[in-house]
Amino acid sequence: MLPGTRRGRRLDELAESTPTTTAGVSLAASAWRRLRRNPTFLVGAGIIAAFALLALVSPLLAAHDPALRLLEDQVSRADNRIPAPQPGFPLGGDQYGRPLLSRLLIGSQQTLLVALTATVLGLGGGLTLGILAGAFGGWVDTLVMRVVDVLLSVPSLLLAVSIGALFQQQSRFTVIIAVATVQIPVFGRLLRGTMLAQRASDHVLAARALGVPERSVVFRHMLPNALGPVVVQATLMLAVAIIDAAALSFLGLGSADTSTPEWGQMLGSAQDFFDTHPQLAFWPAGCIIVVALGFTLVGESLREALDPKKRR
Amino acid sequence: MALLEVRDLAVRFVRRGEPTVAAVDGVSFDVPAGRTVGLVGESGCGKSVTSLAVMGLLPRDGTEVSGSVVLDGTELLGLSRREWDRRRGSEMSMVFQDPLTSLNPVVPLGIQVSEVMERHRGMSRRVATREAESLLDRVGIPDPRRRLREYSHQLSGGMRQRALIAMALACRPRLLIADEPTTALDVTIQAQILSLLRELVAETGTALVLITHDLGVVAGMCDEVNVLYAGRIVECADRHALFAAPRHPYTAGLLESVPRLDTPRGQRLAPIAGSVEDNIPWSVGCAFSPRCASALPVCSERSPAVETVGPGRLLRCHNPLDTDVGNTESSHD
Repeated sequence: MLPGTRRGRRLDELAESTPTTTAGVSLAASAWRRLRRNPTFLVGAGIIAAFALLALVSPLLAAHDPALRLLEDQVSRADNRIPAPQPGFPLGGDQYGRPLLSRLLIGSQQTLLVALTATVLGLGGGLTLGILAGAFGGWVDTLVMRVVDVLLSVPSLLLAVSIGALFQQQSRFTVIIAVATVQIPVFGRLLRGTMLAQRASDHVLAARALGVPERSVVFRHMLPNALGPVVVQATLMLAVAIIDAAALSFLGLGSADTSTPEWGQMLGSAQDFFDTHPQLAFWPAGCIIVVALGFTLVGESLREALDPKKRR
Repeated sequence: MALLEVRDLAVRFVRRGEPTVAAVDGVSFDVPAGRTVGLVGESGCGKSVTSLAVMGLLPRDGTEVSGSVVLDGTELLGLSRREWDRRRGSEMSMVFQDPLTSLNPVVPLGIQVSEVMERHRGMSRRVATREAESLLDRVGIPDPRRRLREYSHQLSGGMRQRALIAMALACRPRLLIADEPTTALDVTIQAQILSLLRELVAETGTALVLITHDLGVVAGMCDEVNVLYAGRIVECADRHALFAAPRHPYTAGLLESVPRLDTPRGQRLAPIAGSVEDNIPWSVGCAFSPRCASALPVCSERSPAVETVGPGRLLRCHNPLDTDVGNTESSHD
C-alpha cells in the first residue's frame, strides 16, 4: 500500500466501492432464491401443496362416509353393474356401492401419511447407519456397509414384499415398516459417502487442529455439510414410497380393512373390473402418479438448486 | 530447554501391497518460546507431514510415527485422542494453507470462533461470542459484529485467513504452526497476513513454526531456518547466516532460483537441475546427490551424517560449499 500517494488513495477508493455481500445468505437462502424462479419446482410444489391441503381438509370435503355402501342397491354381481356418476356422487360408486369420490379424498390421507412416515423412518435409520459408518470408519464402516450391500442387492419391491409378508397381521404399519426398510440402505449409503468426503476435507482437519471434540466435529462440521444430497434424496424417496406403498397394498400386503380407503388398496381391488369399469382403477392410479410426479419434480429442482456448481 | 523439541521424528506411510513410503525420515529441531522457526523445502519434502505429526493430526491407520515430540516437557506421541484434543487449540494450534476451504461453509463464522473458546476456556456461549467479536477486531476484520453472523463464502480470502488466525490464537496457544499461511493469497494480502502473524506472535509470546517454500517469507519472518530435503533436515542455521552463506548445495540452489533486486538485468535464474524423482534413498547415500553440482563419488555411496559446523548451525553434507570462497555472489547483509 502506498499511503498518501494519489495512486494509493485511488486504490483505497476502489477497495471501498467494491460492493460487499448483503448479510446472512446461507446455503438454504440462496437455494430458495433460485427455487422461487424455477417453474419445475413451482409445479411440483403446487401439486404437493394441493394434495396435502386436500388430505388435511378431506374430512370436510367428503360428502359421505367412505365406508358406507350407500349405492349398494345399484350394484349387481350378475350383470356386472357398478353405480355410475349421479347427482351427489360425481364419480359414482365402487363395486360395493361405496362413494368413489369420498373414498379418493379420504384415501389421500392414508397414502400421504404412509409415505411420509415410511420416509421419515427410513431417513432416521439411514442417517443413523450413515453417521456410524462415516464418523467411525474402520470396522464399523465395513460392518454397516456390508449389511447395506446385502439389503441393496435384493430388488426393492421384492424386499418390501418379503418384509411385509413376515408379519402375521397385515396392517398399515406393515406397509410403513416394509417401505422404510427398503429406504434405510439407500439413505445410509448416500450419507456415508458424503460423510467420508467431509472427513477428508480441509475444514474438518482445521477443526481438529483446534481441538474441537470428535462429537462436535461429526455433528457440527461433518453432518450439516453432508446432508444436502440426503435432503434431495428424501424428497425423491417420498415419490418412491408412495408408489411402493401403493404396490404393497395392490398386492394385498396392506391393511385388510377396506373401510379406511387407501389408493393402492383401491387400485388393487379394482383389478377385477379393469376391462368393464376402468374408472375404478383410473382415479386412484391417476392420483398416485400425480402425487409421485409432484415429489419427483420438487426433488429434482432441489437437487439443481443445491448443486454447488450452479451456486453463486 | 526449548518449548518444542522434536527428535528423530519419522513418519512412514504403510499400504498393504505397496512399498512403505518414508515421508519424514528422522527430523530433529527445537522451537524456543517466542521465536519463529522456519521449515523450508520444495513440495513433497515432508514439511506438512512433519507439522501434522507434531499436531497429532495424521490418520492413525496406515501411518507409523516414531521418534519424540516434546511440548513443554510433555511427550506428545502416544497420547490418547482425548489428551490430544485437550491440547490442540489451547496449547498448540495450526493455521492451514487454504483459507477458502479451511472454514466450515455451513456454520456462521461466529459459532466457529466461539466454539474454540467454549471448548478450551470453558466460556458460556454469550461470553465467547463477545470475546470472538473483539478477537476478530484484533486481527483486523472490520465490522466484526456483522461478520460473526456471516458465512465463509461471504468473506474475502484475506479475511478468511485472518479469521482462521483468530481462531488459532483464541486460546493463546504457546505454539502456533502455520503451514504455508499465505500461499493461497495474493501478494498484498500476503504481506498483511505475515505482518499480522508477526505482531500477534510478538504480542503473545507464542512460538511460531512457519512452513513455507517461499524464501522471501522466510527472510522476513524467521529467526532460525531448517531446510528439508526428502524428509531430512539438510541444513539448519540462523536466518542471517543462512542467507549470507548457505553451506548446503541444495540451500544455495534454492537461494539462486529466487529473483533478487541485485540480480543483474537479463541474467537468467539458475534452477536446481533434475527433479525429486531423481532422488536416491537416504539409506544408500545423499538423496540430493543425483541433482547436486558439487557431488563427489562418496555422496552416492554413504549417507552423510549431521555435523555441527558452527553455533546453532547444523549441516548434512559430504562436500559443503565453502563459506569464504566461491560463493560470494550470493552473500548479502
